[in-house]
Amino acid sequence: MRVARGELWAGRLLLLALMAFTILPFISIFVTALHPSGTVPNGLEWPAVPQWGNFAEAFKVADMPALLLSSTFIVLAVVPLSLVISTMAGFAIGLLRIPGARWLLFLFVFGLTLPFPGIIIPIYLLERAAGIYNTRLAIVLPLIGLYMPFAVFWMRAHFVNMPGEISDAARVDGASTWDMFWSIHVPLARAPIASLGILMSIWTWNQFLLALVLVEDPTQRTMAGALGAFQGHYATDIPLLCAGTILILVPTLVLFILFQRQIITALLQGSVKG
Amino acid sequence: MTSDNRPVAPTLSRRNFLHRMVRRESAIGWLFVLPALVMYAVFVLQPLVLTVKYSFYKWNGVSPATWVGLKNYVTIFQVPDLIGTIYNAFWLVVWFSFIPVGLGLVVSSVIHRVATGRLGAIARTVLFLPQVIPLVAAGIIWGWLLALPGLINQLLKAVGLGAITRAWLGDFQWALSAVGMIGIWVLLGFCTVLLLTGMTKIDPALYESARLDGASWFREFLAITVPLLRNEIGVCLTVTVIAALAAFDIVYVATAGGPGNATSVPGIQIYVLAFAQRAVGLASALAVMLMILVVVVIIPIQWLSREETR
Repeated sequence: MRVARGELWAGRLLLLALMAFTILPFISIFVTALHPSGTVPNGLEWPAVPQWGNFAEAFKVADMPALLLSSTFIVLAVVPLSLVISTMAGFAIGLLRIPGARWLLFLFVFGLTLPFPGIIIPIYLLERAAGIYNTRLAIVLPLIGLYMPFAVFWMRAHFVNMPGEISDAARVDGASTWDMFWSIHVPLARAPIASLGILMSIWTWNQFLLALVLVEDPTQRTMAGALGAFQGHYATDIPLLCAGTILILVPTLVLFILFQRQIITALLQGSVKG
Repeated sequence: MTSDNRPVAPTLSRRNFLHRMVRRESAIGWLFVLPALVMYAVFVLQPLVLTVKYSFYKWNGVSPATWVGLKNYVTIFQVPDLIGTIYNAFWLVVWFSFIPVGLGLVVSSVIHRVATGRLGAIARTVLFLPQVIPLVAAGIIWGWLLALPGLINQLLKAVGLGAITRAWLGDFQWALSAVGMIGIWVLLGFCTVLLLTGMTKIDPALYESARLDGASWFREFLAITVPLLRNEIGVCLTVTVIAALAAFDIVYVATAGGPGNATSVPGIQIYVLAFAQRAVGLASALAVMLMILVVVVIIPIQWLSREETR
C-alpha cells in the first residue's frame, strides 16, 4: 500500500516515542543503581564514579543464589504437573467428550475471571491448619489449582478441534485410552502445551500475592515475592534497591530476549483465548 | 450420548464395538479429568465457598466466630474507607483500561503501516517488556520515577513545569492517578501489540477503497479499524479491566494504599483487613463483592465484543 511520506515519519516518530516511554524507566533505575549506596541522586544522572560494586553488594544481601533456586524449584514443581493434569482434562473434555463434559467445562470456565485476592483468606487459614504455611508447598499447591481454569480451557480448545478419526482408527487397533492419549495426542499437542508452559512459568515466577501471604521467608518465595521482601528492607537505600531490582530482573530479561517470539506469541494467544 | 457428532462407523458390528468402547472410555475419561478437578476443587472452589461463608460471620480467625448475617456487607457500604476502595478501583479502570486501549488503538493504527520489518520487530519486543517483568518490579521502578528527585519531576522541570513537581505517590490528590500511570506503562504496550496483530488481519483493500472515496484518517479509523477489531478490543478491555479491579501488586509496592486511604483498592483492603486487623469476616465480604464486581463488569464486555463472531 502506498503510504505518504509525512505519515510514514509520523508513524515512526510515534513508535520511537512509545519505545522511549517503555525503556526510560529501566535506564533510570540502571543509572541510579550506579550511585554510591545510601545517597539520593536525581532520576537520570550519570554518577561521578560509577559504583559497579552495588550489584555485588545487592547480590550478597539479597542472597541471589537462594532466590534463584527457590523460584526455579517452585516453577519446576508447578508447571510440569499442571501441564500433565490440564492436558489430560482438556483431552477428556474436548476429545473424548465424556458425559458431563459441557458441565465440567462450564465449571472450569467459571474460575477464569476469579481474582486471587478473592480467595486468599481461606487458602491462608487452610494452609495454617494443614501445617504447610511458610513452605514452598504453600505456594505450589494453590497455584496448580488456580491455573486449572485457564489451562484446562486452553487445552480443551486444542483437543476440541482435533478430528475424531485419529482416535477411532487407533481404537479399532486396540489401543487403550491412555496409549491413545500419550502416544498420539500429546505429541500432536506439543505447540499448545509449550505455549501454556511458557505462560505458567512466567506467571509463577512473577507471582506475588501468594508468596506475600503464605510464605514469610524470602528464600522460600518466588522471585516477585523475594523482590517485595527486598524492597521492604532497603526501601530507603535507593541505589541498592535499584541494583537489587535489576539483578532480580536479569533472569527474566535474558529468557525474554532469547525466547521473545515464543513468549510474545504465547502471551497474545493466552489473552485472546482467555 | 457422547460421540454423537463423530462419523458413524459403517457396519453394525463395528458400531457396537465402538459403542462398548465409548462407554468404557467415558469412565476412563472421568479419571482423566479427576486430578485437575481435585486440585481446582480443593484450592479454588473450596476457598470460594469458605469466603462466602466467612462473610456472614464476625471472626478474628482464631476464636469462635459469631453469625452476623449481612452486617459485614452493610458495614462496607457505610464506612467511607471501605466503599471508597470500590470507587478507587473504578478510577483505576480509567487509567489501566480506557487510556491504554484508547491510546493503543490510535497508536497502533498510526504505526501499523510503518511497523513492518526491522523497526516493527524491535518495537514489538520493547513494548512487551513491561508485560514479562513482575508487577512488583514495575511498582518499585515507578516508585522511584515518581519520587521527588525522580525522573518525572526532572523532566517536568526541564520543560519549565517545575512549579507542579511533587512526590506524586505521597500526594493525596494525585497518588491514585500516579498509580494509574504505572498501569498505563504496563498495559499500553500489550494493548498496542495485540491490536496491531489484529490490524494485520484486516484486508488492505478496504483501506484502499476508503481512500479512493476520500475518507479521512479519522473516518477510516471509525468505519473500518474499530469495528473490525471488535474482538481484539474486547480482549484488551477484559484483560485490563480485571487488572484494574483486582489490582494488588503494583499498589502494594508503590503506595501500600496510602497516603491515608487515597490509593486503597479492594485487593489491598482485603489484605489489610484480614492479615493486619484480623477482621476475617469483613475482609471476606469485601472479597465476595470484588469477585461479583469483576464478573458483573466482564460479562457485558464479553457479550458486546463476541456477539457477532459466535
